[in-house]
Amino acid sequence: MRLRLEVNGERREVDGVWEGESLLYVLRERLGLPGSKNACEQGECGSCSVYMDGILVCSCLVLAGQAEGREVVTVEGIAGGDELHPVQEAFVEAGAVQCGFCTPGFVVATHDLLRREPEPTDAEIREALAGNLCRCTGYEKILDAVRLAAQRTG
Amino acid sequence: MEFLQPLDRKEALEAKAAHPEAVPIFGGTDVMVELNFARTRPRAMLDLTRIPEIREWGEEDGRLLRVGAGVTYAQIIAELGNKLPGLAMASRTVGSPQIRNRGTVGGNLGTASPAGDGLPPLYASDAEVEIDSTEGVRRVPVSEFILGPKRSVLKENELISAFYLPEAEGPQQYSKIGPRNAMVIAVCSFGLALHPEREKVGTCIGSAGPTPIRAGDAEDFIEGVLEEGGLWESRVAIDEAALRRFGEMVAAAARPIDDVRGTGEYRRHSVGVLAKRTLMWAWDEYREATDAA
Repeated sequence: MRLRLEVNGERREVDGVWEGESLLYVLRERLGLPGSKNACEQGECGSCSVYMDGILVCSCLVLAGQAEGREVVTVEGIAGGDELHPVQEAFVEAGAVQCGFCTPGFVVATHDLLRREPEPTDAEIREALAGNLCRCTGYEKILDAVRLAAQRTG
Repeated sequence: MEFLQPLDRKEALEAKAAHPEAVPIFGGTDVMVELNFARTRPRAMLDLTRIPEIREWGEEDGRLLRVGAGVTYAQIIAELGNKLPGLAMASRTVGSPQIRNRGTVGGNLGTASPAGDGLPPLYASDAEVEIDSTEGVRRVPVSEFILGPKRSVLKENELISAFYLPEAEGPQQYSKIGPRNAMVIAVCSFGLALHPEREKVGTCIGSAGPTPIRAGDAEDFIEGVLEEGGLWESRVAIDEAALRRFGEMVAAAARPIDDVRGTGEYRRHSVGVLAKRTLMWAWDEYREATDAA
């Protein structure tokens, strides 16, 4: 089937989408946007987190056709051009990136948190990132990065 | 595979009647897992996210609320925390922000898993499920709606359109056991609602039986204790022996199995502990309410 949606501010049209595939598959395999990662495919790890119509979702749990006409923002669209978003800068500076696989999901989820709550408490940070798993960097550095980003943007 | 995307209720019911094999999808938090892992290859998918009325909730006659099947956990937490505190508490324990932004109680009903966090609060306050089809609308008590693990009375041509739940008339609680505080399918859970106006106590055991289970004997027992002691009026503390007995009776009502999340023995024990604690918390809140008044 044909799918029309807006991705990172651009209108995109994709042909040959299988009715049973996920938005994550469309983004990665059909639109060449590999920033959103494919790990658990069951909403457990958060590495495929994107915005759909401004709401943070796991793109692996969105059926492609459900994104028809919707506005999707992926980690590639968080900052403009080659610039880094302050959240991304904070992750680099705090050393919150090791293998990097979980990072895009954490960046999008952190972006969502700071949009809603510019000065989050540690408990709020933990709650907001509860759906994102990291298996190597360690959560302490990630928490440091979120606090740093909050300081700079808040 | 066919992809059906009705734009209103009428179109949805006609689509379901014409394609009874179509799998309804809203938040996708259960259905997409099945699709991603190729556990199911339905001939058609029926997307319900474009139907505006399914996302709405509102007040019916008196204090009865009608909550559309597409109202998300995030919405329940943000908009219904005061009116449906037990369901809001349960909603806060569901998955992660990403899951709560998409998942719905309607989906919990559709999946009909005994571990669905949205279900015990529905049982504890005698919710009804609204079922819609081209043949008409019917309403079924939630305890009759779910028949067994992942089985319900929903027919092939029917869709879940909403559930009805009375606005809380007293304190409500929901408590859940799992290995961490987020992203957990309940090892077991317990929902409790005090109904002071009717002098009733509603309960429901989650994830320790083939369906969510009302602990009817435990309800009768504690209602007797509250009535005989005149506690609804005096708002005196419930004595320890009665609390313990209530927990034991709830534990006795569980019908747990051993599985990857826990043993039956552990579930039976812990659901009794949850029952005692939630009753204590709810009763304390009831007592404090009078101090304030």
